[in-house]
Amino acid sequence: MRVAIIDYGSGNLRSATKAFERAVREAGMTADIELTDRPDRVASADRIVLPGVGAYADCRRGLDAVDGMHAALTEAVEKAGRPFLGICVGMQLMSSRGLEKTTTKGFGWIKGDVVEMAPSDPTLKIPQIGWNTLDLHRPHPLFEGIRTGADGLHAYFVHSYHLAVENPEELVATTGYGGAMTAFVAKDNTAGAQFHPEKSQVLGLALITNFLRWKP
Amino acid sequence: MTLKARVIPCLDVKDGRVVKGVNFLDLIDAGDPVESAKAYDAAGADELCFLDITASSDNRDTIFDVVARTADHCFMPLTVGGGVRQIADIRKLLLAGADKVSINSAAVKNPDFVAEAADKFGNQCIVVSIDAKKVSASGEDDRWEIFTHGGRQSTGIDAVEFAQRMVKLGAGELLVTSMDRDGTKSGYDIALTRTIADSVRVPVIASGGVGTLDDLVAGIRDGHATAVLAASIFHFGTYSIGEAKRYMAEHGIAMRLD
Repeated sequence: MRVAIIDYGSGNLRSATKAFERAVREAGMTADIELTDRPDRVASADRIVLPGVGAYADCRRGLDAVDGMHAALTEAVEKAGRPFLGICVGMQLMSSRGLEKTTTKGFGWIKGDVVEMAPSDPTLKIPQIGWNTLDLHRPHPLFEGIRTGADGLHAYFVHSYHLAVENPEELVATTGYGGAMTAFVAKDNTAGAQFHPEKSQVLGLALITNFLRWKP
Repeated sequence: MTLKARVIPCLDVKDGRVVKGVNFLDLIDAGDPVESAKAYDAAGADELCFLDITASSDNRDTIFDVVARTADHCFMPLTVGGGVRQIADIRKLLLAGADKVSINSAAVKNPDFVAEAADKFGNQCIVVSIDAKKVSASGEDDRWEIFTHGGRQSTGIDAVEFAQRMVKLGAGELLVTSMDRDGTKSGYDIALTRTIADSVRVPVIASGGVGTLDDLVAGIRDGHATAVLAASIFHFGTYSIGEAKRYMAEHGIAMRLD
């Protein structure tokens, strides 16, 4: 199995790569984790990971600046149905549109816009930075064996925006931050985490392992 | 259902080595920042901070190796500060594996650098580190100023105004250190922390002066910080990360204890 982590100049890719390598090792699996900026390597990968930090529009621009990358994603994810995991802004890009700074088109895989969070409690800080628990709205293979709810494991978040999901069936988990904020989305062979699995220690490694084993 | 308060141990790193030793019995090499990072990771620290205090420019690259080796072993959020002056410094730290960088004197000298950095890398990874000292006399309203050079040089800049300006320019988080309290173990300057925390929308990390676990509680409860940073109480083994987090939880602060 070969997992392609897409390198398009956004974010801390070393820790994502290392976390995936560790999950492979600890699960006793054999898989190549390949950090790549080559569309042909993405198009032919068995599994695809799209990280991303910063602003929505900047990430979209960065991805589009790699000639052929969006086409490769469409080929592998939409046509060939290979498992896809988006992380943070990589997850947000799965949406219809991003409304940060300006209006930017997303991949349109998960219907909904990425909007600024508006916590009901005005003393809550924006961005939300730190560890929060998850509320699972429906079972999903990526959460198998992971304890959620108020007494569950924690995930590490850094974000000011979240994906306002239109179709409730595509909303897998939320996190409480002055209201329910989108934490995890999924549809068919695609999944996306607003939090950082690669920084979320126990929960993160379990989720990455589940992704490596996922057969959507 | 709630965002938890963070406990952040900070390590001073010079020429690639930890300056103040860490009192963990099972460390193979207490001077190796990576070994300390691994121990803090295992102990449940919520984030980790490296402050590079390397003086000689010849040895400036040592921090990149430390960050890269840490990122290889630790899956926890890492902030790196000290000597961050150019966009190229930030890019190198992020590529090596840092999640956030903290900007200190460069933000005072050239505030536009903060805007440029936030534009390039996103607000979420730009922490502005504010070193402040109380300048008001007793009886007057509290007033703090930004100091540089380890608290020796006054700048005449009002700390609260500076904090607000940094947020406007794109800082995603503020690390607020009281230079009056730093190293004294007499507790955070709660008034300073709270005044800044209440005047900005971004999270504030309290820093400088922790001597007891009650100081950590006060930083969150009274200082309105969302994270507490400490160095020596953890390095010298006065308290463990676990003890600190359990104590804070017992005092009504929502903590991550898994």
